[in-house]
Amino acid sequence: MTPEEIHSLLAETFPDDVLAWDPSAKDPFVVIRPDGTPGVMRFLKEDPRTAFDFLDNLSGVDLGERLCVVYHLFSFAHRHRFVVKVEARRDDPRVPTAALIWRGARWFEREAYDLIGIQFVGHPDLRRIMLPDDWEGHPLRKDYVYPTHYAGIDNRREYD
Amino acid sequence: MAEIKTEEMVLNMGPHHPSTHGVLRFILKTDGEIVHECLPDVGYLHRSIEKIGELMTFQGFVPYTDRVDYVASMNSNLAYCTAVEKLAGIEVPRRAEFLRILVCELNRISSHLIAVGALAMDVGAVTPFPYALRERERINDLLEEVCGARLTYNYIWIGGVSFDATPGWLDKILHFVETFENIIPEFNRLISGNKIFVERLRDVAIVPREMAIDYSLSGPNLRASGVDWDLRRDEPYSIYPELEFDVPLGHGECGTVGDSYDRFIVRVREMEQSCRILRQCIAKFPHDQPDFRAKVKTVKPPPGEVFVRTEAPRGEQGYYLISDGTAKASRVRIRTGSFTAMAIIEEIAVGCMIADVIAIIASLDVVAPEIDR
Repeated sequence: MTPEEIHSLLAETFPDDVLAWDPSAKDPFVVIRPDGTPGVMRFLKEDPRTAFDFLDNLSGVDLGERLCVVYHLFSFAHRHRFVVKVEARRDDPRVPTAALIWRGARWFEREAYDLIGIQFVGHPDLRRIMLPDDWEGHPLRKDYVYPTHYAGIDNRREYD
Repeated sequence: MAEIKTEEMVLNMGPHHPSTHGVLRFILKTDGEIVHECLPDVGYLHRSIEKIGELMTFQGFVPYTDRVDYVASMNSNLAYCTAVEKLAGIEVPRRAEFLRILVCELNRISSHLIAVGALAMDVGAVTPFPYALRERERINDLLEEVCGARLTYNYIWIGGVSFDATPGWLDKILHFVETFENIIPEFNRLISGNKIFVERLRDVAIVPREMAIDYSLSGPNLRASGVDWDLRRDEPYSIYPELEFDVPLGHGECGTVGDSYDRFIVRVREMEQSCRILRQCIAKFPHDQPDFRAKVKTVKPPPGEVFVRTEAPRGEQGYYLISDGTAKASRVRIRTGSFTAMAIIEEIAVGCMIADVIAIIASLDVVAPEIDR
């Protein structure tokens, strides 16, 4: 199926959850409501017309006012691709997990949580993955301030 | 027989351990020799390359992509440059495309040599590793001749490559391919059919087809599970549509499809196919087109985003780039094959012996900097 056909299928099946659609992008994408994520994702994976069995990539993106999760999906059965985006509020960045739909999402989501700070609701094991457990903040956010200390050690350098 | 109650022991493997291929740590909960739980602890090599990508210009970030997977830097260069070129709409001269594929396939062979040699060494056969490294040195010499570096090449630039081939370089590659095609059977006689080696790998950590797809495995690990998928053939980029090669799959020839032996033998077969690709690249090389680099000033792609995935030796390497119209990317996301391969260890290591965990890590061919970035 082409991205256009997948979009119209989604818009038909989930009229309340599909918020936006950008067909002009290089990889056309659809934006869905956070609460609708589990239903839409399960449909995309299990419906024989779409059959997206492969979560190619999951990225967290800082859009400024909002935080965004981007899912790049692929289907081995039909060999088609699709991009789904979910936007969450910056002050309460909660997105339902996809880890129960694709097991590969478990680590992807842990990384997005660690570096961007998106809270994946329902994730079985949401811990930091790259950074130490006691790290403060999420470095890939645009407003991240570089720390001057770690564990009481000053990491600033003085040049004479 | 009454069940004997034994005490569960927590074993800390790594971060500095000869078999962990970089700085990796595993927390194993074991009952005797049997692993009950395996928790990979990654991040020791996290350098926040994705953040650096937002702070550098598009061109300035190319050397950093070398460090994403330093065993196969050429392929990382290619993935990033292909993504930027697609985003900015830059045409690459044909000569550059050939040079790119030549160095990438050479690098694929050298990376697979490390993978299969280190796998043999990790399970106890030390001899094949120096043989593999000997061949890798010859590839390093070839790559050094064309770009001056032996590990982090920074050879493929946006719009082309940094240097043209030196005189006689193609003949040297051809000479390497001719001898190396005889080395592969020698390597197979040395280790691939070895009874002890086969017994160490067959039926160990089987990854069935559905599980491999569910965990987003890619590259040789995915093909070892029987999924007929290679981005070079099925989503072709660069000059791959003009080249002929087969995609080796795991057949379970010594055990079950998707076991550790399949992951090993698929890599050996891929080296043969890379030799075929190299031969065709040399035969079709466009000697009459001298351009090897497009004239590219500061790259400022129009606002937009792109996700480009390429077939690196460790599986799919994809770059998700978002541009806001300036000379710096607003987001660089790197999807690597090692990251997803690492995630699956948590599940497949359960029930194995401790010694098998080492075979699993080596057969999945994870490289720590590619996991952590």
